[in-house]
Amino acid sequence: MYNETKITRRKRLNQRIAFGLFSTISYGIVALLFVILAFLIVKGFSAISWGFITEMPKDGMTKGGIFPAIIGTLVLVLGSMLFAFPIGVMAAIYLNEYVKDGYLKRFIKLMTNNLAGIPSIVFGLFGMALFVNELEFGDSILAGSLTLGLLALPVVIRTTEESLKAVDNTFRQASLGLGASKWQTTRKVVLPIAFPNIITGLILSIGRVSGETAPILFTVAAYFLPKLPTGIFDQVMALPYHLYVISTSGINIEASREMAYGTALVLIIIVLISNILASRLRKYFGKKVKMN
Amino acid sequence: MHKIESKNVNFHYGQTHALKNISISIEQNTVTALIGPSGCGKSTYLRLFNRMNDLIENTRLEGQILIDGVDIYAKGVNVDNLRKNVGMVFQKPNPFPKTIFENVAYGLRVNGITDKQLIEERVITSIQQVALWDEVKDKLKKSAFELSGGQQQRLCIARALAIQPSIILMDEPTSALDPISTAKVEELVYELKDKYTIVIVTHNMQQAGRISDSTAFFYMGELIEHDNTKNIFTHPKEERTQNYITGRFG
Repeated sequence: MYNETKITRRKRLNQRIAFGLFSTISYGIVALLFVILAFLIVKGFSAISWGFITEMPKDGMTKGGIFPAIIGTLVLVLGSMLFAFPIGVMAAIYLNEYVKDGYLKRFIKLMTNNLAGIPSIVFGLFGMALFVNELEFGDSILAGSLTLGLLALPVVIRTTEESLKAVDNTFRQASLGLGASKWQTTRKVVLPIAFPNIITGLILSIGRVSGETAPILFTVAAYFLPKLPTGIFDQVMALPYHLYVISTSGINIEASREMAYGTALVLIIIVLISNILASRLRKYFGKKVKMN
Repeated sequence: MHKIESKNVNFHYGQTHALKNISISIEQNTVTALIGPSGCGKSTYLRLFNRMNDLIENTRLEGQILIDGVDIYAKGVNVDNLRKNVGMVFQKPNPFPKTIFENVAYGLRVNGITDKQLIEERVITSIQQVALWDEVKDKLKKSAFELSGGQQQRLCIARALAIQPSIILMDEPTSALDPISTAKVEELVYELKDKYTIVIVTHNMQQAGRISDSTAFFYMGELIEHDNTKNIFTHPKEERTQNYITGRFG
């Protein structure tokens, strides 16, 4: 009665094939990631030293360190987030909590999705036209941060919107049912619950922004500038652009090959750290939200 | 004057005619149970009393709902103040991610009460009213999520009581609770009717029989019968009511 039959055998075989395929693909992707990482470590690890991350570049960028590029990237990330985070979160709150379903909402959503699909070089061009030339910020941290911020904006909006959507509606109803206004409900109930996920989205967009080259190309990045910025109208070096420069148009490309891998490794590590930070923060705030 | 009176209420979600010509009068300090199969409109009807359906887009209401003689859908009615007077308890316990104390204080704070002493008094009284005080008095600063489901639901009732409403709406308040917690909530409902008018939606026939003074049976958007609970359960006038309460359909 419970014996194996033709049908059960076929079911089992099909299942094995399907899961076999899925697991091969997933492991393959993870493996690929490890190969990339291993490649960078093998090639770039010898370049990394205390001097590499704390010194100015020297000898036509074939020696010395990448300190100004690290600082430049960090400054740009910070600047772009100062711009994109508040605006993105406010836009998402408006979209998810206030606007009624209809043409307006669909139009705004369509536009933010389109914004996310625009190639980053176009953002760069736009940033140059608007911030550098029209508003006369020049090639500067301000112009570069705003351009990167624009790039991050749709990501911030979308992740925040998703976080808000994930908040169970009965929390809103309970708050409104106690005579709270919509804004009180949003501020005191919805946002605190969504906060851990919003923060995660923010940090993930940091990872995205820190690796972008095109948007900073015409707006802030310096080819070679062995000093630290003193204000928001200064130019800076940045890791992705520095990597591009020493791999393609340095004075001696062969001599700076090792430094290129080192730079790539540093960039990856920054992204990795920010991703780990994201999951840590989510756990931390997740606990905290329950306690307030 | 009736505490709540609905006159020829029709309610539409888009193309769906969800409530058809409902007229009910509810007296002060009574418990009214709304019963009927899923999708019959009883929850929708309940949510008209604190205008919770306003949150849903593309809906339309005809007819009148009067609370203490005032048409709550008339122009000039402030919804926040209406909801202060008409508290609500939901199906699943849904305390806010705040401390036990802050959960109950929330309604007071959002309504502009800042007097610390008054807030503390009201919080304590409300928690005592739901017979939760002994269980939580030492952990008021702890997260409300640390409480059991039954305790959380009583906390949610306390939260509603703190702003001193005169009506409490309950939307299947015990459907997510175990039998012991359910019994506690039922007992509570029975005690609360001295001070409040309670309207409760329930799927549990025995519960309606145990705790309500009057029962309204809804079916497919219509009010089939509304009478005192004893009559509904012993001599229903309508055959459909009879069939439903004896479990022959629904």
